[in-house]
Amino acid sequence: MTDLESRPTKRSIPVPNQNLESKPFWDAAKDGRFLIKRCSACDKPHWYPRTMCPFCASTDTEWVESKGEGVIYAFSVMRRGTAPYAIGYVTLDEGVSLLTNFIDYDLDALEIGQRVRLKWSPTGQSNPPVFTFAPV
Amino acid sequence: MKMSVKGKAYVAGIWEHPLRYIPHRSTAQVHAQCAKGALEDAGLSFSDVDAYFCADDAPGYGAWSLADYMGLKLKHADSTRDGGSSYIVHAGHAAEAIAAGKCKVALITLAGRPLGSRAGLGEAAIRTESVVPQGSHGGVDEVPEAGFEGIWGYTTHNTYAMCAMRHMYEYGTTSEQLAWIKVAASHHAQWNEHARLRNVVSVEDVLESPMIADPLHRMDCCVTTDGGGALVVVAPEIAKSLKRPLVKVIGHGEALKGPRGGLDLDLTASAGVWSGQQAFTEAGITPTDIKYASIYDSFTITVLMELEDLGFCRKGEGGKFVADGNLISGVGKLPFNTDGGGLCNNHPDSRGGITKVIEAVRQARGEAHSKVQVPNCDLVIAHGTGGWLGTRHGAGTLIMERE
Ligand SMILES: [Zn+2]
Repeated sequence: MTDLESRPTKRSIPVPNQNLESKPFWDAAKDGRFLIKRCSACDKPHWYPRTMCPFCASTDTEWVESKGEGVIYAFSVMRRGTAPYAIGYVTLDEGVSLLTNFIDYDLDALEIGQRVRLKWSPTGQSNPPVFTFAPV
Repeated sequence: MKMSVKGKAYVAGIWEHPLRYIPHRSTAQVHAQCAKGALEDAGLSFSDVDAYFCADDAPGYGAWSLADYMGLKLKHADSTRDGGSSYIVHAGHAAEAIAAGKCKVALITLAGRPLGSRAGLGEAAIRTESVVPQGSHGGVDEVPEAGFEGIWGYTTHNTYAMCAMRHMYEYGTTSEQLAWIKVAASHHAQWNEHARLRNVVSVEDVLESPMIADPLHRMDCCVTTDGGGALVVVAPEIAKSLKRPLVKVIGHGEALKGPRGGLDLDLTASAGVWSGQQAFTEAGITPTDIKYASIYDSFTITVLMELEDLGFCRKGEGGKFVADGNLISGVGKLPFNTDGGGLCNNHPDSRGGITKVIEAVRQARGEAHSKVQVPNCDLVIAHGTGGWLGTRHGAGTLIMERE
């Protein structure tokens, strides 16, 4: 944590868009539960969550709680603009990769393969928090 | 017999707007100016056009506003949106429509003014609410991935940068190798009097330019320009009645790629793997037959991955392939983007697809600048990637042959 001034938490993350299909995810997020979808027909997890499995087209999908742990697949620190921030993909231990921002880290010390853990970031008032990740 | 566009359509007209900053005209005016330029290049006029293709840079809803603005009487229209690769895809769609007998003279236009769009308007520059319906009801909330991805500040820069990061991790690709792509483009741009950036740069210059999104430096990124261009794709009998060199479409491919449910994410390969294979199979040739390549260069990493995906080298070997001037005309094995490309010449409205086809046709005709013209340039390719390489993108490939 050498560079506190440029910590990416300064970037305010917007309130996520919601629709009827994604609402259960965000409602669970308000309770601190991180859900992904798993298909009951082919048993594969997928991300982002859908009612229809993108691998076998079954609509028999269920919400399952993820531990929110995994490794960095790829990342980039955005240096342009006022507050640097790190965007990246995390591959969860469940096998799916998701796009996220990293928080609570040294800007110059992120690495592909590094283990990270879900750490919710608030988006204000009664809005749902968002699934940011921090190094373990 | 399998349907094919091979030999069924010709690119008869091309025109690239000479300006890179256009504060003094409307966007519709620039579209029309480009259209006129390409039609005159072909030896045709607006009244000959029976098909029109445009993407979302065209003001208005689909093709309606501009087709009416230009007074076109159409049998066929297509407003496929595929980001910067749209116009390569349009050329393929035009060839398909001509092959199917739906039309004979297809006009494709691109124009945009990200720099000059509000200049000269004074108080009228204050934007008002759009009166044109945009997208479906519910807006961005109904875009299925929006809530899960749109919140993370993804831009073209950092999504392409993630691909570069992963490519470096898996294959040992270096920033020096990426820099060679910009160096090659700059060698070509020095001869293009219209190019936005004409200075020849070195690998060191690229590495010393400011970091934008790790690992991409400013000089790994394309220019931002106003401008535009147009293409005229015609039926064989029309092409043969004109006085221009005959450049025929022999292969086309298109494909889309996204994170695909997150289970087999692979940021080191683009949809060009599939669009390229379709185009080469249709053309009946291989990458080693290609004399000149227009390769979409939104960023240096875009070029490196596309070259691998199209089969110019094996996956992971793009870094070695582009190094040491291998893309410089007259120096290396594969002359690319001899107009200076998006990295140095022009990236009108942040969409480079049309200039890719235009320079490939110039090369096939033997009308490129003498300092960069490839001798006996009978087989050329124009390939584009539109959208965000690190999330969702489209790819279009067009292979052409000079008769
Ligand atoms: Zn399934």
